[in-house]
Amino acid sequence: MLVKIPELAFGPILPELIITVSAMTALLLGAFGRRAIVGTIAGAVALVGSGLALLFTLSLWNAGAAVYNGLYTIDTFGTFFKALALIVAILVTLLSLRYVEREDIVKGEYYALTLFGVLGMMIMVSSTHFVTIFIGLEVMSIAIYVLCGMLSGNPRSAEASLKYFLLGAFATAFLLYGIALVYAATGLLDIREIADYIVSGRFQLTPLFMIGIAMLVVGFGFKTAAVPFHMWTPDVYEGAPTSITAFMATGIKAAAFGAFLRVFYTAFLPLLGAWSGMLWLIAVATMTIGNITALVQDDVKRMLAYSSIAHAGYILIAFVVGDLFSSVGILFYILVYTFMNIGAFTVVIILGQKGRQRTGIEHYAGLAGRHPLIAIAMTVFLLSLAGMPPLAGFMGKFYVLSAAIKAKYYWLAVIGVLNSVVAAYYYLRVVMYMYFREAAADAEPAGRPDFSPAYGVVIAVSVWALFHMGIFPRGFLLIAQRSVEIFM
Amino acid sequence: MNEPFPYLSALILLPLAGSLVLMLLPRRQTLTIKAAALVLTIGEFILSLPLFFWFDERAVQMQFVEQREWFPEFGISYLVGIDGISMLLVLLTTLLTIVCVLCSWKAIETKIKEYYVSFLVLETAMIGALCSLDMVLFYIFWELMLIPMYLLIGVWGGPRRIYAAIKFFLFTMVGSVLMLLAIMVLYFHYAAETGVYTFNVFTLARASLPAVKQYWLFAAFALSFAIKVPMFPFHTWLPDAHTEAPTAGSVILAGVLLKMGVYGFLRFAIPLFPAAVVAATPLISWLAIIGIVYGAIMCIMQTDLKRLIAYSSVSHLGYVMLGIFAFNMQGLQGGLYQMLNHGISTGGLFLVVGMIYERRHTRMIADFGGLTTVMPRLAVFFMIITLSSIALPGTNGFVGEFLILLGAFRSNVTYGVLATTGVILGAVYMLWMFQRVMFGKITQEANRLLADLTKRETLILATIVLFVFLMGLYPGLFLRKMDASSAGYLKYVKARIAAMGAPAVQGPLGAP
Repeated sequence: MLVKIPELAFGPILPELIITVSAMTALLLGAFGRRAIVGTIAGAVALVGSGLALLFTLSLWNAGAAVYNGLYTIDTFGTFFKALALIVAILVTLLSLRYVEREDIVKGEYYALTLFGVLGMMIMVSSTHFVTIFIGLEVMSIAIYVLCGMLSGNPRSAEASLKYFLLGAFATAFLLYGIALVYAATGLLDIREIADYIVSGRFQLTPLFMIGIAMLVVGFGFKTAAVPFHMWTPDVYEGAPTSITAFMATGIKAAAFGAFLRVFYTAFLPLLGAWSGMLWLIAVATMTIGNITALVQDDVKRMLAYSSIAHAGYILIAFVVGDLFSSVGILFYILVYTFMNIGAFTVVIILGQKGRQRTGIEHYAGLAGRHPLIAIAMTVFLLSLAGMPPLAGFMGKFYVLSAAIKAKYYWLAVIGVLNSVVAAYYYLRVVMYMYFREAAADAEPAGRPDFSPAYGVVIAVSVWALFHMGIFPRGFLLIAQRSVEIFM
Repeated sequence: MNEPFPYLSALILLPLAGSLVLMLLPRRQTLTIKAAALVLTIGEFILSLPLFFWFDERAVQMQFVEQREWFPEFGISYLVGIDGISMLLVLLTTLLTIVCVLCSWKAIETKIKEYYVSFLVLETAMIGALCSLDMVLFYIFWELMLIPMYLLIGVWGGPRRIYAAIKFFLFTMVGSVLMLLAIMVLYFHYAAETGVYTFNVFTLARASLPAVKQYWLFAAFALSFAIKVPMFPFHTWLPDAHTEAPTAGSVILAGVLLKMGVYGFLRFAIPLFPAAVVAATPLISWLAIIGIVYGAIMCIMQTDLKRLIAYSSVSHLGYVMLGIFAFNMQGLQGGLYQMLNHGISTGGLFLVVGMIYERRHTRMIADFGGLTTVMPRLAVFFMIITLSSIALPGTNGFVGEFLILLGAFRSNVTYGVLATTGVILGAVYMLWMFQRVMFGKITQEANRLLADLTKRETLILATIVLFVFLMGLYPGLFLRKMDASSAGYLKYVKARIAAMGAPAVQGPLGAP
């Protein structure tokens, strides 16, 4: 048997290599650097590494290629999600600079693991091969499991880490089992070949194959926090360091949706009718349960966790539809969602203090009087999450819903918009506390917010992005349109 | 010749730009902030005057039209323009905003900067919604109105402001999100039919929708607008919002925001879905009549002045809807005129109550009595505004109400007779309220020391009274501006109904 040795071409994976090297550097700094300056240097390494990787990723925008015997793919779709993951990495690193100092988190490892997490995201969205996708997912997940528990001495953080690890391991097993069953039914691991096989006529829709698809839905559903695989989300989001919560809510969700979308829209699109009903139910349950549970939360961080579940539901509205138009909506929504969530979590971080997260809604009372600029920024993020024009959240909902309407999923759209009304209530509740209430007289003194210019950068970028994408969405939608051309 | 000056864009953008400037001013310089807001709103009013004077009153089509590409792939464009229906409402908005800034001068003492910023953003949203002819653009402005109003009620309102603000927000939002879906359904229907993707309301009106689809879409639009008007039985948010809002909030809510609902029916719901309109006309007329009578009866029972005026709005807006759904010239013009009247008169009533409230910090009718002896100047203004609200001949209210009733009688005598009872009830509750507050002996010591109107307050009320008489004695000045547009509008709607091959036209629409 002739084994073909692949050419060693590093050009296409230069961004991934940069991130790997940066991660190793940060790790070595943690081991050998002087404690006092490790945080700064490792943070700088992470920033520079992600920035460089972003530049190289963008330069690969037009370079479509399948490398390493088809195990790795460079295309616009992957580039879109890789760029998004790197933007998330830069923003999360920026907001971590001060946060890890304050919470006294082990710095070298923190940045190294964040970068490994990003590496995993980049890998899982750039492959059409199940094995590579799975490896990317695992690289990402294992880094995040550890990151969740990095608040040393905080039992909630340790609980979050363990819970996420145990449940995550199960979910990964489901995913792997799904891959195995699909392989058993088709004998193929490359999703493009599976798609060809399905339309070829030799294919029969067996129960084995359907169970495989269902298992894959479970695995991806877990990572995207879709109901009923969402149980871990509130506890893990609440217990993890807030910067990592922001990372999970945006980066992981984006990457998981990226892989989910690629697998289902490439391999299983001919069988849309067989799985869209299942996803219809999941979308409705995800939106409704996420929103209704968020209604009764008195902790802003936990509320944002449930809201992130609900937003996965909105994304699934478009997912059910299964055409090019809807996949553009999904990409745009994920992009918008990233900025509004990172922004909101940054405000949550700023209002916390060492060892005390101060995420109860009562801590937000009277914020508009004490810190008007922070309150305005938070209002922008919350209104965008609620989908109010002219912010980007509205445009995101607009395209997702119009995808559903175009495909005549009227009830799904109606349930979606009614959910957004429910959501408006709890987002506005925070606005109400910030603007309409004064801090209770017996409340502990709020103290100065833990502010640093890096937070200001993250908030300013997010606010700008939300206004820009809300008022001039055209450029971003055209990018999203280019990115999904691979599904044609 | 250069392009004509983009008046509408300037009108839409000036308050927004002004709000940004206001945000940059130092927080402590409250006088500068207030003065800047006043200058901006007066400038906005002056900028809106050319719309009135240069308006071609013979033209049926949209004027001052501006169109720019915004998102051509989706057919979303920046398309604004006005006709005789919206032009006067734009002027009413710019006028009332000045009044609102003036009447908040002393009343608002906390977070002054945020207050005027909210007001200016609200002005942008209102004018934008009135001028938009692209449905996405309209929807954006329509939703944008919610946030500043929510803040105005919630931050500067009365004791139950939080409840009122959230109720206002959620009621309005339920309606508008369903309308958003209806807009999309219409958009994709038209695209499937013609291959053209557009949100231009006049183009979309050419779609030939099957009747059942029209019913559903009309229901979604009508729900959204009926909540805003508000029509019975969707009115329950209004008394709460009015009662808790600060004076200026109530003025702008009654003066302009409620009109948005009626305007929405006129501009969007009626031309887009003619077959559904034919079917829904009896239902809407009956709901309007119930609103007229129910609102009036509720007024009689109120003990709180602001709540009373809020219910009187339900009654007055019932007239407007009845007039419009009579689908004849008198009814339509009466409805349009009554919208302006209501803005002036009810706005004026809220201003008077606000002035009394600033002095006594109560709005309970029982706490007053005999105010005429201590506040003679206020008594004169209050009397005139009350009479205009009752529609005494010579005041603005008479013209509108008379035309509406004429239109209602011509379309359906039963409607006319029932609506007329509202006129009598209106006189009862307004005059009784006036008698209890202003006449009789002073029963409470606190009322003896009340100061009469200041110069600023006199100026505000004099403006209102000026318009009461101007619109009452020279209605032609304003009606003339609406003539061509209303006639063209009715012709257009009737032609649409005929073209639809709608089920045999019965009732009011068939009347000559």
